[in-house]
Amino acid sequence: MLLLKLFFAFIQVGLFSVGGGYAAIPLIQEQIVNIYGLMTMEEFSDLITVAEMTPGPISINSATFVGMRLAGIPGVLICSIGCIIPSFCICLTLAHFYYKYRTVSGVQVVLGSLRPAVVALIGSAGASILMLGLFQSDIFSATLSNLRIVELVIFLAALFILRKYKASAISIILGSGVVGTLIYVILGAAA
Amino acid sequence: MKKDYSKLWTLFKSMFMLSACTFGGGFVIVSLMKKKFVEELQWLEEDEMLDVTAITQSSPGPLPVNASVIIGYRMAGVVGSLTAILGTILPPMIIISIISLFYEQFRTNTYIAIALQVMRAGVAAVIFDVVINLASNVLKTKRVLYIVMMIVAFIATYLLGVSAMIIIFVCLGIGLLDLFITMQKKRKAV
Repeated sequence: MLLLKLFFAFIQVGLFSVGGGYAAIPLIQEQIVNIYGLMTMEEFSDLITVAEMTPGPISINSATFVGMRLAGIPGVLICSIGCIIPSFCICLTLAHFYYKYRTVSGVQVVLGSLRPAVVALIGSAGASILMLGLFQSDIFSATLSNLRIVELVIFLAALFILRKYKASAISIILGSGVVGTLIYVILGAAA
Repeated sequence: MKKDYSKLWTLFKSMFMLSACTFGGGFVIVSLMKKKFVEELQWLEEDEMLDVTAITQSSPGPLPVNASVIIGYRMAGVVGSLTAILGTILPPMIIISIISLFYEQFRTNTYIAIALQVMRAGVAAVIFDVVINLASNVLKTKRVLYIVMMIVAFIATYLLGVSAMIIIFVCLGIGLLDLFITMQKKRKAV
């Protein structure tokens, strides 16, 4: 029963991957490569490449890739549903209690101290992506010589447009993709 | 909490578009959601969005799915949750299903590699825009505790690589302590 195996494997991935997408990768490896032997390590590294290059949550991406490779469209559905069932049950319960008690003053005090932390976490994610975009490395190995000028210009222009004209996030991301690729193609043709 | 089913389509459409355009980890989509649902649609308050982020971070499972469950529930109950989840997972499911069939061509295509690289600059700009707004609101509270917590948490995650889970739980502890002290003060005042 391949589908049943996949379903239970991904329920465990969904349940135990606490703390964001990258936490899910070793779990998927454990389930799919080590325990069930459904994929080789080489196929698995392909999976990570695709999951990182494409939009969407990494665990859903992996679930879809594994499902498609091993069992076609039914596999995609089974793996993805398995992956989100734990999230759905747990977050629905938490959401219920949050909206029931969030106006209680004690709860407000506790939540108040979580907010600066969340701002810092989002800021940290932003800084990592910026480093990756501008230097293709993290802050520890970034040097001025591998600063990518085109990306820097796009970043500054995008930030300016966002601050000044309140442009939507999606138009900025797609816009920078199109403009940036065009610049590289033109520079490539000129060289 | 009032349920408003008329918003289901906008909810689905927004989640679908955000998910289709989000490269990178969970906090990327959280900043996009903040921009969309707090600033553009004005469905949620800013504090609420930060609370939702803290909850999603401390529950298991993919962060964008967790956030969709809670935001969906807020807008239209369980039906809203299911609608939001569907919007979030459909784009990756469709894109990956297609790519897994043409994997070799996809991986070796230069234009795709360039586009993905330059899009990161755009994504970073969006996150910075959101963070500037959020951080200035933390500064506006004028509470030294919050400002110090924000700076320390940033250094701990970004430079020291402390996991987000640990940051959230430590701050939860500080929050409980803060609550305890406030209550003691109130008792003394009475």
